[in-house]
Amino acid sequence: MSCLLETRDLTIRFGGQVAVNAVTCAFQPGTLTAIVGPNGAGKTTYFNLISGQLAATSGSVWFGGENVTGLGVHQRARRGIGRAFQLTNLFPHLSVLENVRLAVQARSRAGVDLFSMATSHRNLIEQAMAYLERVALAAKSHLPAAALSHGDQRKLEVALMLALEPDIFMFDEPTAGMSVDEVPVLLDLIEAIKRQGDKTILLVEHKMDVVRRLADRIIVLHNGTLVADGDPAEVVALPVVQEAYLGVRR
Amino acid sequence: MSPLDHILSGDRPRSRILALLLIAAFVALAFAPFLFPGTKALGVASRICIFIVLAASYDIVLGYTGIVSFAHAMFFGIGAYGVAIALNWDTSWGAIALGLLVAIIVSTLLAAAIGLLSLRLRALFFSMVTLAFASFALILASQLRDITGGEDGLTFSVPHLLTPAFRLLSQPFLGVRIDGRVVTYYLVFTTATLLFLLMLRIVNSPFGRVLQAIRENEFRAEALGYSILLHRTLAGVIGAVMATLAGGMLALVLRYNGPAASMSFEIMVDGILLMTVIGGMGTLYGPMLGAVLIVLAQYELQPGLAALSALVQNVPVLPRLINPDRWLLWLGVLFVVIVYFFPNGLVGRLRKRG
Ligand SMILES: Nc1ncnc2c1ncn2[C@@H]1O[C@H](COP(=O)(O)OP(=O)(O)OP(=O)(O)O)[C@@H](O)[C@H]1O
Ligand SMILES: [Mg+2]
Repeated sequence: MSCLLETRDLTIRFGGQVAVNAVTCAFQPGTLTAIVGPNGAGKTTYFNLISGQLAATSGSVWFGGENVTGLGVHQRARRGIGRAFQLTNLFPHLSVLENVRLAVQARSRAGVDLFSMATSHRNLIEQAMAYLERVALAAKSHLPAAALSHGDQRKLEVALMLALEPDIFMFDEPTAGMSVDEVPVLLDLIEAIKRQGDKTILLVEHKMDVVRRLADRIIVLHNGTLVADGDPAEVVALPVVQEAYLGVRR
Repeated sequence: MSPLDHILSGDRPRSRILALLLIAAFVALAFAPFLFPGTKALGVASRICIFIVLAASYDIVLGYTGIVSFAHAMFFGIGAYGVAIALNWDTSWGAIALGLLVAIIVSTLLAAAIGLLSLRLRALFFSMVTLAFASFALILASQLRDITGGEDGLTFSVPHLLTPAFRLLSQPFLGVRIDGRVVTYYLVFTTATLLFLLMLRIVNSPFGRVLQAIRENEFRAEALGYSILLHRTLAGVIGAVMATLAGGMLALVLRYNGPAASMSFEIMVDGILLMTVIGGMGTLYGPMLGAVLIVLAQYELQPGLAALSALVQNVPVLPRLINPDRWLLWLGVLFVVIVYFFPNGLVGRLRKRG
């Protein structure tokens, strides 16, 4: 199967520090790739290079056969690169429903519709509610996003990405800071996306049990460099991974 | 959905007191020529209508989009000069249309240029650049004497329908002579009402929702696929065009335009900025209320203070403190008090009470 996303020699430097170092990697549809590595390994930075929040020092990002290295964040999002952020990143004073409705609207391309009432687009609201059902937040749709618990905010963060219906889903530690009973909803959700069969999923995750349960493939970043790539069972057994994970499992 | 929601784009005042104030202001303006007869009162009412459009258009830029621009009076001035220069050249409706059209094109281009800069510059520096634009426009207006009349400005005639000599009805109606002044007033009142409702629609449209999203969290809005540049620039252009139309109305009412009348920093700060902030940013109704209050204060504070100081003329110190010449000081005090006690403006305050 041809790849959907590819990074070629992707590199970014902050001053003297090379946060992502010549990472060449391709991601296939229908595959969930876990990205692991210790704190500060460059996982989030790698995501930022792919979705465009950071500009590469050198190297390139290819999406659907197109070089997207020079494109802005919004252009990459419109092409189907979906991203849920590690640090929750919402519209805090807008309602939970409005947060998701904005994501649905972005896909509908009604953003430059000046002369109709937003509330008259019933279909956008209904779709938004459907995504909220999927993350079990429908009952809280009227609350401002800031009033949600940490776990619910994480779910809303994911709902925003779902609502964009992207081709690639990038989860950055989706379960971090969630209480034990909230985690399953999210993992089931990721599995459901996986079962669709044609989606590409990247998952940054520290919890190795989660990684083992979901991943088809694991890549390991260490000091910005790709040090291992392959089948979960093999990668987990590698000495470099054992070493990288000494003491950093949360 | 009720017809009222269609007219107000579903954006109700959401406060009983605010609703009453808005209805009172609307009724007073709708019947101003009959409720407050006289040339001066009609001038005040026209000015209120015009500044409602102007302050509301600034709210789209400042309140809804979070762009701190000091160039808004420039667009108001461009509209006023467009109509003034055109009418100075030919007294006809065609000239008004042409003048407005040219002014709208100029404003659109300038607003687009400023919008493009807003993405390249940091907030404070951007505000300074808008100030530079405004100063440059003001200098042009006072230097290009052959075209703009320089500091003295332009006095011109308007089409016959709008002149005091024109009589729409041969008999007075409700005791008021229906002359060209009244016709002009209703032209302004109707246009202002329509423009205000149009702006209310725009801020409640899918586009308006994106503006609010960008103001809330620009980073996230972009990650959802919205172009910040496109939305910011479009908001800036809409605000500028509305201000330009307000400027056109001002010229028609005054039958005069000069730098101080439409383009000065007094208009920008004592007018537009004060009205928007006192009324409550990001609400549209706020600037409407702000425009009513500030225009009334500008006209009535001075005579009000005169009456008050006459009343207390035997008390020591007090008469000097409330000397009519101090009206600007008292306006400043009013501003500070309102901003201090109601950081979200009058509308923010009223809505909190419900
Ligand atoms: N914008 C930036 N400017 C300077 N340094 C940065 C920037 N972003 C990241 N870094 C540095 O790059 C390195 C990689 O950070 P990154 O956030 O990608 O790590 P991570 O693998 O996501 O870690 P964690 O597991 O803690 O989330 C860190 O040393 C970080 O300090
Ligand atoms: Mg990280």
